[in-house]
Amino acid sequence: MAPLLRVSDLRAHYVGFGGTRVVKAVDGVSFSVEAGETFGLVGESGCGKTTTCHAIVRLLSPSGRIVSGRIELEGEDLVKKSQAEMRRIRGRRIATILQDPMASLDPLFSIYDQVAEPAYYHRSLRGRSLRQRVMELLAAVRIPSPERRMKDFPHQLSGGMRQRIVGAIAQAGGPRLIIADEPTTNLDVTIQLQYLNLLKDLQRATGVALIFVTHNLGIVAKMCDRVGVMYAGKIVEMQSVRGLFYRARHPYTKALLDSIPKLGVRQPLYGIPGQPPDLSALPAGCAFHPRCQRATDRCRVEEPRQHSPNGDGHVRCWLPIEEAAARG
Amino acid sequence: MDSSLLAVRDLRKHFPVGGSLFGKARGVVKAVDGVSFTIGSGETLGLVGESGCGKTTTSKLVLAAEEPTAGTIEFEGRNIADLSRADLQDYRAKVQVVFQDPYSSLSPRMRVGDIIAEPIKAHEALSAAEVRGRVTELLELVGLRPDAARLFPHEFSGGQRQRLAIARALSTRTRLVVLDEPVSALDVSIRAHIITLLEELQQRLGVSYLFIAHDLAAVAHVSQRTAVMYLGKLVEVGDSLELCAGPLHPYTKALFAASLPSHPDESREEIVLSGEVPSALSPPRGCSFHPRCPFAMPRCSEQEPRLLEASPGRRVACHLYSAS
Repeated sequence: MAPLLRVSDLRAHYVGFGGTRVVKAVDGVSFSVEAGETFGLVGESGCGKTTTCHAIVRLLSPSGRIVSGRIELEGEDLVKKSQAEMRRIRGRRIATILQDPMASLDPLFSIYDQVAEPAYYHRSLRGRSLRQRVMELLAAVRIPSPERRMKDFPHQLSGGMRQRIVGAIAQAGGPRLIIADEPTTNLDVTIQLQYLNLLKDLQRATGVALIFVTHNLGIVAKMCDRVGVMYAGKIVEMQSVRGLFYRARHPYTKALLDSIPKLGVRQPLYGIPGQPPDLSALPAGCAFHPRCQRATDRCRVEEPRQHSPNGDGHVRCWLPIEEAAARG
Repeated sequence: MDSSLLAVRDLRKHFPVGGSLFGKARGVVKAVDGVSFTIGSGETLGLVGESGCGKTTTSKLVLAAEEPTAGTIEFEGRNIADLSRADLQDYRAKVQVVFQDPYSSLSPRMRVGDIIAEPIKAHEALSAAEVRGRVTELLELVGLRPDAARLFPHEFSGGQRQRLAIARALSTRTRLVVLDEPVSALDVSIRAHIITLLEELQQRLGVSYLFIAHDLAAVAHVSQRTAVMYLGKLVEVGDSLELCAGPLHPYTKALFAASLPSHPDESREEIVLSGEVPSALSPPRGCSFHPRCPFAMPRCSEQEPRLLEASPGRRVACHLYSAS
């Protein structure tokens, strides 16, 4: 069975200053998402997570280009689609949830209008059945008294409710895949937990696959089945979520895990030296080598290839942690 | 008098809301409603709560940027409301702040050296050479090169800017720094640096911190004691590690349940709160947490619980722990 979504060797660059400056935001990213699973894409700001998402739905900003690669949704290559064809795919087969719910809701339209729109266009619902569908969707995202709430406008709702409305809109077209780009960053912690549980429940009920983009490893631990760790436009490590937390292979993944405070434990935190690199002037060799404690001469000149040490996932590193530990 | 550096007693700040320009206010928001805590010398007190709970108003009151409606703030044994102008100046030199967003807290038109020197010049009569010497010292203290003084803030990354903000906050023989979400705006890999830097500085200089954040794990990591705030009131105060090991107040429990697991197999007591934080304009009667509390009893909607000692050093405001 082909996976629901297969991204192979995707490269998306932003070109500025008359072509003199090329930002390689996504530079050879490959991953696949199976139906019903949750794939996590983790990394710091500026590592290319969001560009990857925008490239998948073909909504890059005008300076951004997909340079090469394939994005296959159920076997069809989205890179070759026209924008008119994409409009029939976005919302119907792939939906997105973005970080800021106020920016993704239109302040001039009622909740009903906005939740109904994808169902109207993509599911051809009209009249009473459309209204019925909107009520169901609002109830599914646990909006209290949906009949009354759907006449409201976005500014009348709290942040958590708005993000749930965005969740309802994403569901409205009945997609197979939802791309959630840091959906809970603007929410309070108790509301964040409500929202994450809600997404899990929706996934269980509809079998939709999720791509979860986040910088928060706690969210990854809670939500994801498989994880790709991005650094400087590349997936440097991909593993099952348990593998990642128990046997991190890439030094960057390990450093990220060691840099977050754990509840109730007061051990010193590991700070990764240096800064995330400038994507328009990447260091030679492995992009992480200037910040890596284990870097050797080879890391400074030759870019590591992707390989899988023991079948589960893969890593881009000349000296992945497990092997070195076994040798030493 | 006890030995604490800062002692806040029954602090209240009410804001009138509604009404037209000259009309009468239609209500009051009790942003801070009877908060008491102390911070010892060289100690860090963590203040946790969700947005709108009054954390930032509390910090403004401590910084003497707002006047309290009622209650007192004592610093080194003196009530700051009774200070003369000169003494208040001195208080402001000793109590400094680091804000969340280092992109908006540093003036883009000033050189770094001037940004750090500004508080020194405002509070102390030093020669230009002495000021320059102090700026160099401060830059080295926060791990930046002394030639950074000639540059502008836009030439620095977020983490470095936050270091600049910390240098500025420490420039005037500071005793207490209010850290208002100091790492929330930074990248994950940079946060650990800033937290470690703050801890080192505290050990070297003996400054006290009021660490305000919504990330419980970070707060518990940095602070010796943690206070949990909900709708303008403290609901639980205690030693950070004890608080993590056994939260008492249902809201603290919920916050812990909501803070995300550190690995996939970590099991948590799942307390998912229903609903959202009620409006501070019309807080519920009795315990303000009772509409969302899974353990609410009839008494909770009638009588407001007081913050009482549950065990030594541990105070909690909940009827579950007060002997009826």
